[in-house]
Amino acid sequence: MPSSPDSLRDKAAIVGIGQTEFSKDSGRSELQLAAEASIAAIRDAGLTPADIDGMATFTLDTSDELLLMRTLGIQEVNFWSRAPFGGAGANTTVMQAAAAVASGAAKHVLIWRAFNERSGRRFGQPQDPGTTIGWNWYLPFGLDTPAKIYSLTFQRYMDAYGLSNEDFGLYPVIARKHAATNPNAWYHASPITLEDHQNSRWIVEPILRKLDCCQESDGGVAMIITTPERAEDLPHKPVLLRAIVDSQLMVSAGTWNALEQGQQARLDVVRMKALRPFFPAFRCPLPT
Amino acid sequence: MPECLTEGQRESNTQVISPTPDADDQYFWDGVAAGKLLLQRCSGCQILRQPPSPMCPHCNSLEWDTQEASGRAKVYSWVASQHPTADDLTSRIVVLLDLEEGVRFVSNLVEIDLARVRFGLDVELVFIDYQNQTLPQFRPAPGSR
Repeated sequence: MPSSPDSLRDKAAIVGIGQTEFSKDSGRSELQLAAEASIAAIRDAGLTPADIDGMATFTLDTSDELLLMRTLGIQEVNFWSRAPFGGAGANTTVMQAAAAVASGAAKHVLIWRAFNERSGRRFGQPQDPGTTIGWNWYLPFGLDTPAKIYSLTFQRYMDAYGLSNEDFGLYPVIARKHAATNPNAWYHASPITLEDHQNSRWIVEPILRKLDCCQESDGGVAMIITTPERAEDLPHKPVLLRAIVDSQLMVSAGTWNALEQGQQARLDVVRMKALRPFFPAFRCPLPT
Repeated sequence: MPECLTEGQRESNTQVISPTPDADDQYFWDGVAAGKLLLQRCSGCQILRQPPSPMCPHCNSLEWDTQEASGRAKVYSWVASQHPTADDLTSRIVVLLDLEEGVRFVSNLVEIDLARVRFGLDVELVFIDYQNQTLPQFRPAPGSR
């Protein structure tokens, strides 16, 4: 029987957040971006690096726990973990950190992600051959970018539900409307219309246009997770985790359904969405 | 819409990314080199699986052999493959196929205009020698041309 989304209900809290600017060329190392975002989150939580005894990040990235420890001056770590599948593992980092503090494996867990994803390795470009197990069934046939891979699913989805790319455009229009209000967003004060969406060039015709795909950005983000009890001694009002589930492969419809069914889960659930690569995957069931 | 090259043009012009086989899928690429599309079959429960894996997910047997695919398949989904930022040397239609044997397989569709590709289109296997690699490809079945 799967665990319920609220099995960690109110047992962990976010007590600090930090980030660098987002850019197309940060001009500095990924380790520096990680350090800048992390120290900002640690200070925001009213802590020092010596308080951090847990670390969680993503398997896909170049980040190295020991290098970041040494860079920040973290003394000793009792718990570390990594989430698979890149942006699809964003929930997982929070869930692992929450499980660590709730169980007593760690007191304060630093979660971070930092990379030069535009000026360095671009995830939206064709993959290098032979880098990952399983690519033999994709790369020789030219299925070499996330946009193409997911479009095989969207093609069926569009047919099954009678949707067009214009229907997909509603999502980026709303997302950009909200981004436009965020001074830290790359597209601050820069909303788009459905017409802009429909005029953007095809990435995979007739399924995904440029404005359906996420940006590739340089930058770093971090947050600190601890228990609600420890959070009482810290400066900010803690954000309690009401419900959280892992998702495999994509932040799936199943994730959101589970969360929405997890009682009054909506308000306090933290949605750490560093990457939301293609919005249709977010909502569409994967045909099996 | 990208224009699809004929088979002859593809053979002479196109380099594809070569697979990097390991112990789990070497048999498949050996089969391709011999002009056969081999599907992995569990020796315990006889269920076919693709992509290859060292253990049967149904009965957990480590014993397996292969069955040669008939080459008959239906189109489950497809995309016109284009480079996201650069000009392609050649465009390709990537298809996800339902093989007659009941497993899915990613391949390319040749000898057809993109506009004519449909869900459920009957296709047949053809091996194409690209500059650096032979690949199992598919074209419309005789009744679907």
